[in-house]
Amino acid sequence: MQRIFKILFLLLILNTNFANSISAENSSKLLTTDWSFKGPFGKFDRASLQRGYQVYNEVCASCHSLKYVSYRNLSEKGGPEFSVKEAKAIAASFEISDGPNQDGEMFTRPAKLSDKFVMPYSNEEEAKSANGGAYPPDMSVLVKARAGGVDYIYSVLLGYVDPPENIKLDDGVYYNKYMYGNKIKMPKQLSDGLVEYSDGTNATEEQMAKDVVSFLMWTAEPHLEQRHKTGFRAIVYLIILTVLVYFSMKKIWSRVETNV
Amino acid sequence: MSDHNYTPSSKFGKWFNDRLPLLTLANHLTDYPTPKNLNYWWTFGGILTFCLITQIITGLVLAMHYIAHADLAFSSVEHIMRDVNYGWLIRYIHANGASMFFLAVYIHIFRSLFYGSYKAPREIIWILGIMIYLLMMAAAFMGYVLPWGQMSFWGATVITNLFSAIPLVGESITTWLWGGYSVDNPTLTRFFTLHYLIPFLILGLVVLHIWALHVPGNNNPVGIDIQKPSKDTVPFHPYIVIKDLFALLLFMIVFAFFVFYSPNILGHADNYIEANPLVTPAHIVPEWYLLPFYAILRSIPDKLLGVVAMLSAIFILAALPWLDTSKVRSAVFRPLYKQFYWILVIDVLILGYVGAMPAEGLYLLIARVATAYYFLHFLLILPILGKIEKTTPLPLSITSPVLGGSADLAMAKNTDVRKEKL
Repeated sequence: MQRIFKILFLLLILNTNFANSISAENSSKLLTTDWSFKGPFGKFDRASLQRGYQVYNEVCASCHSLKYVSYRNLSEKGGPEFSVKEAKAIAASFEISDGPNQDGEMFTRPAKLSDKFVMPYSNEEEAKSANGGAYPPDMSVLVKARAGGVDYIYSVLLGYVDPPENIKLDDGVYYNKYMYGNKIKMPKQLSDGLVEYSDGTNATEEQMAKDVVSFLMWTAEPHLEQRHKTGFRAIVYLIILTVLVYFSMKKIWSRVETNV
Repeated sequence: MSDHNYTPSSKFGKWFNDRLPLLTLANHLTDYPTPKNLNYWWTFGGILTFCLITQIITGLVLAMHYIAHADLAFSSVEHIMRDVNYGWLIRYIHANGASMFFLAVYIHIFRSLFYGSYKAPREIIWILGIMIYLLMMAAAFMGYVLPWGQMSFWGATVITNLFSAIPLVGESITTWLWGGYSVDNPTLTRFFTLHYLIPFLILGLVVLHIWALHVPGNNNPVGIDIQKPSKDTVPFHPYIVIKDLFALLLFMIVFAFFVFYSPNILGHADNYIEANPLVTPAHIVPEWYLLPFYAILRSIPDKLLGVVAMLSAIFILAALPWLDTSKVRSAVFRPLYKQFYWILVIDVLILGYVGAMPAEGLYLLIARVATAYYFLHFLLILPILGKIEKTTPLPLSITSPVLGGSADLAMAKNTDVRKEKL
């Protein structure tokens, strides 16, 4: 019996260590910050998500799409939780092409809550031609699509340094300490005071990087808070049930001389 | 087998049972005499049944929302994750469930290896098990292709390309499998169809697996036959049912930790990038549970021989009952085998590790040594070991301590195993 618990305990430790070590592959070098959503009780910081949306909208959105995210998501529980009115206003500030109408014509209209985020380019080719041949990836699930996750994206945003002397860069290629291969076609985006936060937060590079990466964590895992909450309940329930079943088992097996 | 003279007490029950003996079956399943001394390694059969059913049910729901089309598969998965009620939960259970399924099946297989459960009279159970394992690998591989991420696409490309190693007809077979000249939409739709079909084939084999098990009954940690059912066994219900349930709940706690707190840890980040036939990922790695075989495949410089080695590594298991010449089942009484068993476990873990690493330099060397040892274990060590090993004395019955009781000596004479060894 004790052995079982030992094994289980080991497995759990292994699980968490494994989780850390995978992200640690780079994270010995990667920058990190105090992410509010880490850990079993982690939650998003609403204000940070709202600021993150602002950074995305004012900085990233000119090249990077969020094609799996809808405007309605902005007001949903567990996200930035803009009010429905605010979300509607955000949506309405974008023009979307719709149609055909009854005359067979395509037309543009302001976006609605039910629309997906408007994409900066109409197709991949246009995106590439506008960006020196590099395709700015869709950012909906970006933090899940990179080993190192949020720490990696955070590090890349802050990782622009002068290249070492032995490295020659082509035009339109930039050196980044944390990017795989160290070469990146996206120029440095963030600089102190680039955006003006309406809540008065000081828009330092680190602050903007943290906010926008938190926002991207939410776009990648919009149900993260619900997952953490449900998980806690499920596991507590399972543990209680396990204890009850354990004592039932002991009782039943007490009828025979063998131990369980 | 328990007795078949069961008569239902109610009139209707009797009428029904005479026509379709379902109640006799239920009675057999509840009364099924199970060795008293089964340890927790024996609970993984039940856990595996749970895994299969979980995969089928979650898979069914996913299939209602998933779209098997190269242009839509990736976004339909995102639709499940975002917009389907509890879609994220269903998908994370299904994705991590595959890993849990393999974790359990590896424990189940290695339990069998340790306690000699594959030996006479249980060879058919074992071979059915290997068939289930093979189908599981096929189902898992095809399932991993369905989200149509980068690893899906390139994993499918690498694995299906293996068939091109077959002399003469290899290329045509690969084209036939793909339904075109590369992995594309036709490949995805047929993989989806097969991914949906295979679990039900597995379910059928599981029924046969359990049926075959219920003929000789369970093996047990000391590996000797039941002497006196009344003394050595307990009825399956409630004793084994409650114990299996307890173990299952512990397993579910581990499962839940993965699903709720690190749902993507066992997957590869690249699979959240939509498949792109023009961009090859830096490292193409299969899911963790296929890594040992991937290591064997890559350790052979020749493509065809690599494929042959990889397949042999699985099929050799089917011959195990005849490769292991020892009459004693349980490793508990086989001091030498016990050591080689653990070396094999370590060998397979090493293979898994190097399977995840680039096939070059030291890793390749280690993979080759480990591959050679894997085959050496089954083809040379096991046959010889059975002939030369001095086994320690077996107990007289599963309830009496080793050579402790004199009471059952008469009964011990009935065991042919003991006759040979003493």
